[in-house]
Amino acid sequence: MRGFLFVLSALGVMGLAFWAYHENYRTQATLREVRVLHAQIGAAHTRLRMLNAEWAYLNRPDRLRDLADLNFDRLGLLPLMPEAFGRVDQVAFPPTPLSQIVDPVDISFDPAPNGEEPL
Amino acid sequence: MIRRPLRPLARILRARAAGTDPGAIETAERRARAEMVRDRARLRAEGRLLLLAGAFVLAFGTVGGRMAVLAASEPEEPRAAATGSPIVGQRADITDRNGRVLATNFETHALYAQPRQMVDPARAARELVAIFPELDADRLLRDFTGSRTFLWVRRTISPEQMQAVHDIGEPGLLFGPRDMRLYPNGAIAAHILGGASYGREGVDAAEVIGEAGVERFMDAALRDPANAGAPVALSIDLTVQAAMEDVLAGGMALLNARGAAAIIMDVHTGEIMAMASLPDFDPNNRPAVLTTGDQSDSPLFNRALQGVYELGSVFKIFPVAQALELGLVNPQTMIDTRGPMTWGRFRINDFRNYGPELSITDVIVKSSNIGTVRVALQIGPTRQRAFLGSLGFLVPTQVEMIEAPTGAPLLPREWSEIAQMTISYGHGLSTSPLHLAAGYASIVNGGTLIRPTLLRQDGPQDGPRVISETVSAQMRDMLRQVVSRGTASFADVAGYEVGGKTGTADKPRPTGGYYDDRVISTFAGMFPASDPAYVIIVTLDEPVETSGSEPRRTAGWTAVPVAAEIIRRTAPLMGLRPMIEPAPMDGITLTSN
Repeated sequence: MRGFLFVLSALGVMGLAFWAYHENYRTQATLREVRVLHAQIGAAHTRLRMLNAEWAYLNRPDRLRDLADLNFDRLGLLPLMPEAFGRVDQVAFPPTPLSQIVDPVDISFDPAPNGEEPL
Repeated sequence: MIRRPLRPLARILRARAAGTDPGAIETAERRARAEMVRDRARLRAEGRLLLLAGAFVLAFGTVGGRMAVLAASEPEEPRAAATGSPIVGQRADITDRNGRVLATNFETHALYAQPRQMVDPARAARELVAIFPELDADRLLRDFTGSRTFLWVRRTISPEQMQAVHDIGEPGLLFGPRDMRLYPNGAIAAHILGGASYGREGVDAAEVIGEAGVERFMDAALRDPANAGAPVALSIDLTVQAAMEDVLAGGMALLNARGAAAIIMDVHTGEIMAMASLPDFDPNNRPAVLTTGDQSDSPLFNRALQGVYELGSVFKIFPVAQALELGLVNPQTMIDTRGPMTWGRFRINDFRNYGPELSITDVIVKSSNIGTVRVALQIGPTRQRAFLGSLGFLVPTQVEMIEAPTGAPLLPREWSEIAQMTISYGHGLSTSPLHLAAGYASIVNGGTLIRPTLLRQDGPQDGPRVISETVSAQMRDMLRQVVSRGTASFADVAGYEVGGKTGTADKPRPTGGYYDDRVISTFAGMFPASDPAYVIIVTLDEPVETSGSEPRRTAGWTAVPVAAEIIRRTAPLMGLRPMIEPAPMDGITLTSN
């Protein structure tokens, strides 16, 4: 019985050693991967900052104003002025569609049979 | 183990036969047994001691060995423990209140040379000058062929220039990465942002440090890695700032002014929505500080914050508000305005004669110096000084810019009665336009003190009360009447109920006395008057309006139209809808039953 336990624990130790060996290499591989990912994140950050800076530069108010002036013919953009605000009662109701004429009424006068012009 | 008997029978028998004492045999056996036990115990103890010693040697050896390894190895970031994002070692961005970028970083390169590694220094110098025309070829050649082992050629270069330098193919020309501070909006909000430059420089990196304005004031916070690069949000609204600068520059050009400043501030939170000073500069290419002459001529000079001027009649609302608060007068009290008023050798006059007496409201509406002085005389110098102090007019503003302490007000040497009289209509006490903005905000917002700030706030400031709600409402009404029927009639922007006060102050000569034809004209206003949201200050330095038969310099003809146009342009941008003003309720009389 004792001998069996010895063998069993020896086998256990060997198994654990094998597992630890594998874990060690997997950890190192993951660390390498993390390092690569960090480098990629850093590069992405740099790119993002560059794009943000470029976006801000392209949208600077001076440039937008100049572009609005240059393209006034096409866009007709003006600075936002108080006149741009309207009131609700300035908005017209949609026109109601004309109802169908079911009972026509003659409004023109038939000329008299004797040919007299009506007054 | 087989025990040896103490009395072995064979030997006892033999001893008995020989006639010797068998007891001696037992004694000898006992001794031998005791010695054996002792030897065994000693051996075991020695073994234990050795084991213990071995364990100690192992333990201390491990600690010592680890220490030696740590001391001898290169420092390295622990990679296995890195959980979050890598440390952001960059200066944080500055954004406006809506998150639009005002200042950011841009990765670029610095060009340096190691002449020892150069193959053909003469050619390198020639080619470099072809790329960077501002470099001096002779000087470069001297540096490349002299005894220097290292020199910086350019602090920052663009990617195209970097490629061109690569194409020279000179191994002695090297690049180091650099963060460059970029202000994408150019000159907009230049004075607020300030600018940045390089501090300590190495080949691999350089510190970016703030040089002025918010950049310098917030330098530590912007560089603190603990903030993880979170941007600093200012209270500025970029669109409002741009529109205001545009209108102000136009007004300044039309009126031939030397300079101009304007501020728009939230009356409840103290947030500065826009603050401009013209002429301005590009913070990407900050001009050098003037070494001779008057600093106020430099574009770096911030007129809104650092420029302390006698702002004139815009100050009249302060003695009137105080007199109302003290209960000395009410808006209908009639004040004697017969002039000229003499005090010792001083004479105080009005712009024109307004008749024998005016009500308090009309003193403000018509801007009567004499009337204001009479009100101030009722208050007395001590109380006047205390009141102006409670509004923050006696100390520099606490705004978040490094230049704030330089905008210290100029106080009279002695707060005498004559000083009190002149201060009541805005002469003898020089303050910055920002002081005035904070003072007006405190008066019109319901009467609580406002401290101007450049950082985005979450809610209104709970400042100490300076005047009561009632007096604040009365002052708003007076300021509205100045615009609707007084000196600032050009400021009446339809739908925005503008209220405000004009001020035209003669500029003091450096030699003493005042110029006749140079003024600082100011409009201090608020809108909408029924429930103020913003105050606006517009100050023009030496404006002159020449459309009439004779040049006009009063604020009503110069600062007021500019302010009105600024309000027309910016109020919609700040989300204020034009309102239909309630008609004056005449014909209603208050009765009691």
